[in-house]
Amino acid sequence: MKPRYKLRAAFILLAAVHAAVVFAGFLAPYGFANQDRELPFAPPTRLHFFDAHGRFHARPFVYRSQPDPSQPNAYVNDTTQEYPVHFFVLGAAYRIAGILPAREHLFGVDEPGRILLFGSDAFGRDQFSRFLYGGQLSLLAGLLAAAISVTLGMFIGGLAGFYGGWIDEALMRGGDLFLALPWLYLLFAVRAALPLHVSQRQIFVLLVAVMGLIGWARPARLIRGVALSAKERNFVLAARGFGASNAYILRRHVLPQAYSVALTQITLLIPQYILAEVTLTFLGLGVGEPMPSWGSLLSSLQQYYVLASYWWMFLPALFLMPLFLAYYAAADALQERLKSVPL
Amino acid sequence: MNAKYLSRRLINAILLLVGISFFSFALLQLAPGDFFDEMRMNPRISAATVEGLRGQYGLDRPLLVRYERWLGSIFRGDLGFSLAYNSPVGPLLQARARNTLFLTATATAIAWALAIPIGIWGAANRGKWSGRISGLATSTLLTVPDLLLFLCLLLLAVRTGWFPTGGMVSPGLENADLWHRGKDLAIHLFLPSFGLALVTLPTLVRHIRSAMIEALNSPFVRAARGHGIPRRRLLFRYALPVATNPLTSLFGFSVATMLSASLLVEVILSWPGLGPLLLEATLTKDIFVVVGIVMLSAVFLIAGNLLADVLLFASDPRIRVE
Repeated sequence: MKPRYKLRAAFILLAAVHAAVVFAGFLAPYGFANQDRELPFAPPTRLHFFDAHGRFHARPFVYRSQPDPSQPNAYVNDTTQEYPVHFFVLGAAYRIAGILPAREHLFGVDEPGRILLFGSDAFGRDQFSRFLYGGQLSLLAGLLAAAISVTLGMFIGGLAGFYGGWIDEALMRGGDLFLALPWLYLLFAVRAALPLHVSQRQIFVLLVAVMGLIGWARPARLIRGVALSAKERNFVLAARGFGASNAYILRRHVLPQAYSVALTQITLLIPQYILAEVTLTFLGLGVGEPMPSWGSLLSSLQQYYVLASYWWMFLPALFLMPLFLAYYAAADALQERLKSVPL
Repeated sequence: MNAKYLSRRLINAILLLVGISFFSFALLQLAPGDFFDEMRMNPRISAATVEGLRGQYGLDRPLLVRYERWLGSIFRGDLGFSLAYNSPVGPLLQARARNTLFLTATATAIAWALAIPIGIWGAANRGKWSGRISGLATSTLLTVPDLLLFLCLLLLAVRTGWFPTGGMVSPGLENADLWHRGKDLAIHLFLPSFGLALVTLPTLVRHIRSAMIEALNSPFVRAARGHGIPRRRLLFRYALPVATNPLTSLFGFSVATMLSASLLVEVILSWPGLGPLLLEATLTKDIFVVVGIVMLSAVFLIAGNLLADVLLFASDPRIRVE
């Protein structure tokens, strides 16, 4: 595929996923903490078009799952009653993008029927809704942390490359300290320094700050290289001849040269940081219950009986793959474009 | 020249380690909260007792004094004192570090043994369907999150029972003969090392493929092709030696990825390496263990990079001349 189309396709997919996560409240039929203790580990609800008599229904419907009386931890469909899927229904209250209060949901079924597209977890919570809500935390963490890393990298790398001399030496040796550790070990070490029991919001902020702060060294190195070559360019020398200050040249002529490198680095870092958040939360070091994150959705798989018996608990992880594919494809296309455009 | 280069690299590495040790030590020592937080919550233990314990373990001293003491304990092989295990950290880490090294070394060997043929094959068949398949397969593997991959391997072990779900040695086999112990170890090693190899495989294959394509497109290979030198000889005797240069630097990079990923695979597949210990120490705030493991990981990574540089030095005459 040509880089241009590749970039466009990746961008459309990314926009779709991010929109779905931002409007999680609308797309999700239930709230993320909505429990149904009668339905622990219920399998995904199937959409039906033909009822028990073989009649066709244009509007899909679901059957209600009920615990199987003959064997434990199993469910049977109650086929006596059909629950048609309604669109634009009123349901649990939520806030659009965290601000506007609303009650509309894209789809839903009448009580006591339940529509569980990804099945339910140990507390009977809808995994599909939790997956959408969980993305808010994981994606935001990835985006913010990548933005912090690249901003810092741009600042430090720009300074190091532009001024050179002892400033360059000191900043880059500092960066070596961060690069000399495998990043997951580094992340753990910093996480160990943070308090374990603090509020959810604080944990989130700390997590983002930690991930963002330890990842600046690699972008800084690349941007330093760009700054190093940019400061010898004729237009920079001309600006200097006209008496422009260092700060002006750095801001106006040197750093803009590094924007495309910075953009590529951000696209590379975001999936890495999303994975870092998922990993930390999976291991119990991130934001805890009841707030879902993609990591905590997977953490129940650490128990062997969940892992072996309930395949739908893997669904959130499977649906992460297109997201990562889109990010990698975007980074790839950006990198190819970077190579073809002479600096 | 050779000795001078090596000694400069070694001095650099040691300075780097000292820097890392000071910063990680300071960070963890100055952090709020310590190992005795749980005890403070307990109404049956008086504040004076907790303070006494802190004094006994030297936690109430100034930072520099503690750092100096810790540096001293390195030379005794202690690396500080683990409060959770009530023993020096050094011996605690020894067996764990050996297991982690064993796992990552095996995984590295598997990854390279798979990646080199796949990469060469992809480069030799570039533009054809057979070459595209290998490219597609590696891109797909790249998008699989490590976590999902390891969980799938665990599922395989749990569902089929062909592999153990964790550990290194089956119970009751500690005193068996060498052959049975070796077989047992190989079975335990299979899933973690294979999973770890799969994590780095896509990156390795992509780099090997692009290095080989670059070599195959260079003028001297085209000239050789013009002379009618057979394809196989062209690939292995002409292109491959040229492509080894970027691959040697890639080796150093792959060590870092391997170490990070091994942390996760060890926790999920219960390999008794540094990973589970680090997680446990992080959760209990057993700071000396955390610092010790972080230092060890830095040593491994620096050693890996050093090894890559030495290999590069040995394999590429151009670098030796400079």
